[in-house]
Amino acid sequence: MSSEIIVKNLYKSFTTKDNQVDALRDINLVVDSGDIYGIIGMSGAGKSTLVRCLNFLEKPTSGEVWVEDKNLADLSEAELRAARRNISMIFQGFNLLMQKTVLDNVCFPLELAGVRKNQASAKARELLETVGLLEKANAYPSQLSGGQQQRVAIARALASDPKILLCDEATSALDPQTTASILSLLKEINEKMNITIVIITHQMSVVQEICNKVAIIENGEIVENGYVADIFSHPKSNAAKELILRGNSDSDHTVSLLNESRKIRIVFSENSSFEPVVANMVLKFNTPVNILRADTRNVGGTAKGDMILGLPEDENLQEDLIAYLKERGLAVEEVTGDV
Amino acid sequence: MFDNKVIMMLLEGIRDTLYMTLVSTAIAYVFGLPLGILLKVTSADGLKPNKIIYRALDLISNVVRSIPFLILLILLIPFTRLLVGKSYGSTATIVPLVVCAAPYIARMVESSLNEVDPGVIEAAKSMGATNFQIVTKVMLVEARTSLIIGATITTGNILGYSAMSGTVGGGGLGDIAVRYGYYRWETGIMIITVILLIILFQIIQNLGMKIAGNMDKRK
Ligand SMILES: Nc1ncnc2c1ncn2[C@@H]1O[C@H](COP(=O)(O)OP(=O)(O)OP(=O)(O)O)[C@@H](O)[C@H]1O
Ligand SMILES: [Mg+2]
Repeated sequence: MSSEIIVKNLYKSFTTKDNQVDALRDINLVVDSGDIYGIIGMSGAGKSTLVRCLNFLEKPTSGEVWVEDKNLADLSEAELRAARRNISMIFQGFNLLMQKTVLDNVCFPLELAGVRKNQASAKARELLETVGLLEKANAYPSQLSGGQQQRVAIARALASDPKILLCDEATSALDPQTTASILSLLKEINEKMNITIVIITHQMSVVQEICNKVAIIENGEIVENGYVADIFSHPKSNAAKELILRGNSDSDHTVSLLNESRKIRIVFSENSSFEPVVANMVLKFNTPVNILRADTRNVGGTAKGDMILGLPEDENLQEDLIAYLKERGLAVEEVTGDV
Repeated sequence: MFDNKVIMMLLEGIRDTLYMTLVSTAIAYVFGLPLGILLKVTSADGLKPNKIIYRALDLISNVVRSIPFLILLILLIPFTRLLVGKSYGSTATIVPLVVCAAPYIARMVESSLNEVDPGVIEAAKSMGATNFQIVTKVMLVEARTSLIIGATITTGNILGYSAMSGTVGGGGLGDIAVRYGYYRWETGIMIITVILLIILFQIIQNLGMKIAGNMDKRK
């Protein structure tokens, strides 16, 4: 197996007006061909800075980045631009051109490379087919949902036939169901097109779902890296333990709580964590619910579990909440008696 | 009072005003647009930050913009004579209008380009776009609605300034208003020219805003 990306002793610091931020310190990383490599860490840990160093959108202060056996620091501006066509990138905010149609967005990397218009649009159509959005070819990004926009961004990223796809929080703006579908699309791309993927995330569930390797980054340093399975079974660093714990923080808590008028059990069987559903529901209806009990297990990298919620007293509101949960594909059942 | 002579004069006034306004706007954009792009590109968060160029452009644009138009018009008389051979009439008025408008346009263009989502520019960079491609294919395209609104406002302003230049023999509707209204006390003709100016202004505004709205695909 050959290595696609090798990072050696990479340091990056930013000098601002009144101080210096050491965003990355002594990063060493090897991403092999075919990997789906997760880089996980808390906000401000340096994840975005690191991923932007991998295509030299950010130039390291010191250290080396090798991509496909080329030291990026040795490349001229023009060579670097050519190398970037091999390293596509998708973003949390999708970053589509809002004034261009979906089709023109996907054609854009080809247009930049000087590919002829009809050739480019044939390729773009093919890719839109792959991401399941061919019928939206003539729509504008503002007419699409977040998940659809990210699919367009993925199609666009694939247009230049890259070897590597960098994803900076590509699913952070999406709800759990859409996240799951984008992740499975990425997995499919990895397998069928043989594209190496680097995924930046702050959600352990994303790593569990599709990554084979992971690096945990804390305060600009990699504290632990290796195969996902190993790290999950034997986390060494505190950061790893914390992230794993937080990812499963709801396992087997029994909380005795106040006088709910009605209790329901929601069963989670899709590939994702249910926490955001509940959080989103609370935000949407602007009402608190009590999590009386929650239990999740990871079955072959898939989150399964159930949760018992205590609903507020208002009966209409209760029905709305239940309808909301059902809409999101969760099984809902009544619970009577003590939890 | 409204014999054929007056009507002819008013029609010529409209023609001259439109001529001054539109030609000045076009020429002012020839200078202002590249300057605005240069301001954006050389700014601290631009594609090629360059403090010296940015500060120089910034200073020039601020100085020119702080000179009142009528004073600029008088200051520029020798320069105008040099360029067009005389210092009065519609064609001569185009010179100070362009000098006055170009720095405004540069600022307007800079601020339109500032509205472009930095994430989209970063995405283009990650695709291997050159800086030239980023300017022409990303920034100008994404900012087009805002640029057209800016051009509409600028055209309206230039229309107003062209009327002001009437006070010193600049030609067009403003000139007529001053000659008849101020020197001859023919209030009727003055009011007509003012109404014509308002109508022209409205047409320009509505047209510009409509074009901008139709081109905006963000909604
Ligand atoms: N251009 C910059 N100038 C100064 N400091 C910066 C710059 N970019 C990043 N930093 C700093 O570097 C550190 C790492 O930032 P980075 O964006 O890489 O974090 P992150 O892990 O991606 O966080 P998040 O999850 O919030 O996106 C932060 O302390 C940030 O303030
Ligand atoms: Mg980030």
